[in-house]
Amino acid sequence: MSDLSVNHLLGIKYLNKKDIGLIFETADHFKEVINRSIKKVPTLRDITIANIFFENSTRTRLSFELAEKRLSADVINFSSSQSSVKKGETLIDTVNNILSMKVDMVVMRHPNPGAGIFLAKHVKAAIINAGDGAHEHPTQALLDSYSIRERLGDVAGKNVVIVGDILHSRVALSNIFALKLQGAQVKVCGPKTLIPKHIESLGVTVETNLKKALEWCDVANMLRVQNERMEVSYFPTAREYTQQFGVNREILDGLNKEIVIMHPGPINRGVEITSDVADSSQSIILNQVENGVAIRMAVIYLLASKIK
Amino acid sequence: MSQKVLLSTKEIHIILHRLACQLLENHLDFKNTVLIGLQPRGIYLAERLTKLLKEEYGVKNIQLGFLDITFYRDDFRRGEKSLQATSTHIDFLVEDKKVVFIDDVLYTGRSIRAALTAIQSFGRPQEIELLTLIDRRFSRHLPIQPNYRGRQVDAINDEKVKVMWQENDGKDVVYLVGR
Repeated sequence: MSDLSVNHLLGIKYLNKKDIGLIFETADHFKEVINRSIKKVPTLRDITIANIFFENSTRTRLSFELAEKRLSADVINFSSSQSSVKKGETLIDTVNNILSMKVDMVVMRHPNPGAGIFLAKHVKAAIINAGDGAHEHPTQALLDSYSIRERLGDVAGKNVVIVGDILHSRVALSNIFALKLQGAQVKVCGPKTLIPKHIESLGVTVETNLKKALEWCDVANMLRVQNERMEVSYFPTAREYTQQFGVNREILDGLNKEIVIMHPGPINRGVEITSDVADSSQSIILNQVENGVAIRMAVIYLLASKIK
Repeated sequence: MSQKVLLSTKEIHIILHRLACQLLENHLDFKNTVLIGLQPRGIYLAERLTKLLKEEYGVKNIQLGFLDITFYRDDFRRGEKSLQATSTHIDFLVEDKKVVFIDDVLYTGRSIRAALTAIQSFGRPQEIELLTLIDRRFSRHLPIQPNYRGRQVDAINDEKVKVMWQENDGKDVVYLVGR
């Protein structure tokens, strides 16, 4: 029997290889549970979880909420647009108010990098980071690796290219940490303006030619072009981006092997990836979504078992 | 630490045959009966009995499943370490079936309580029976008794019953381990 080495899931950076193994193994069991006709277990019936979202989200929020409900936890939801945050309440005040209603765990998405870390230091509850600015999105990286493991058997030794907006992407950073930890080789590919300087220091290589990157890889994780985070233009037009970094059927057919296509969603169809590729058998985009629930159940279960 | 043999290999084999016959007596062709081995330790006994029933007593088509009860236990967050799950393999519905739970040792009865809840996720059984190799008398926390028992023992709480199986531990034997 083993435990996670952490009491909060703030980022992949704070996990070790054993933690990831334990989360995957636990997720295997929950995947079996959510494929039963009765998809629910009573394990967390004495735990209350607050989902606090200061940024928009559809899939992550639904996925967390479903995971919590499948574990029989009580769930309260909060989004900043309908709350007193608009009246000027601070983050700690908001969260402490919620915690005084006897909440054991907080799932938080926040536009500021490090918001989860800050919260973990100041409030008494287990914190799960559901995305903090351009910093980390650990459960996404876990479900991505889990989906690779499911499709290809293992993550170790695989070549993974992350394509697109690396600069603004918390998915990219968490994925780099998670993939490197499990022994995969990672390349990033995108317009030079969207690749952070010194990213090589994380142990990844940079490739600006999409064709070359795809020829090298076993898995391509196509990131979304995040228009909402770009206050200046990083590339001339979406059309030019698509021509250089968009994946379509023609490019994939030109490769000498069948690679796996991933996307964290939401997809800009026709920009980073064409519809026929997104909906093809090479794509595991919907598996990622299904696995997201199992992974989040595993993370919540393992963290909840450390609450005494 | 003292260790005493509770059941020898030979005794275990005789008991397995008896348990198989008792199951046969009550369930005949096993048409409407499913066997459920409780994870992690009950599965060896369940596999053994299934094999015996098939090979020695000519019963065909026995449905055998394994049930993990981790997520249904009542001691979540009460122990030092988190509870680690094992896998569930039940690829049939138990709706209106006669279910036989199979576990190696019946002690406090709490695992069986959890199993009774867990099995409901796979349908509503017509009835549920319990078969255990070792029944530790006088140590129950809940009103649960086996329908089929291999051997009843009086063990004090400090003692531990260790069931070992050829396929997992290299030898069929049951020990009573004292302090």
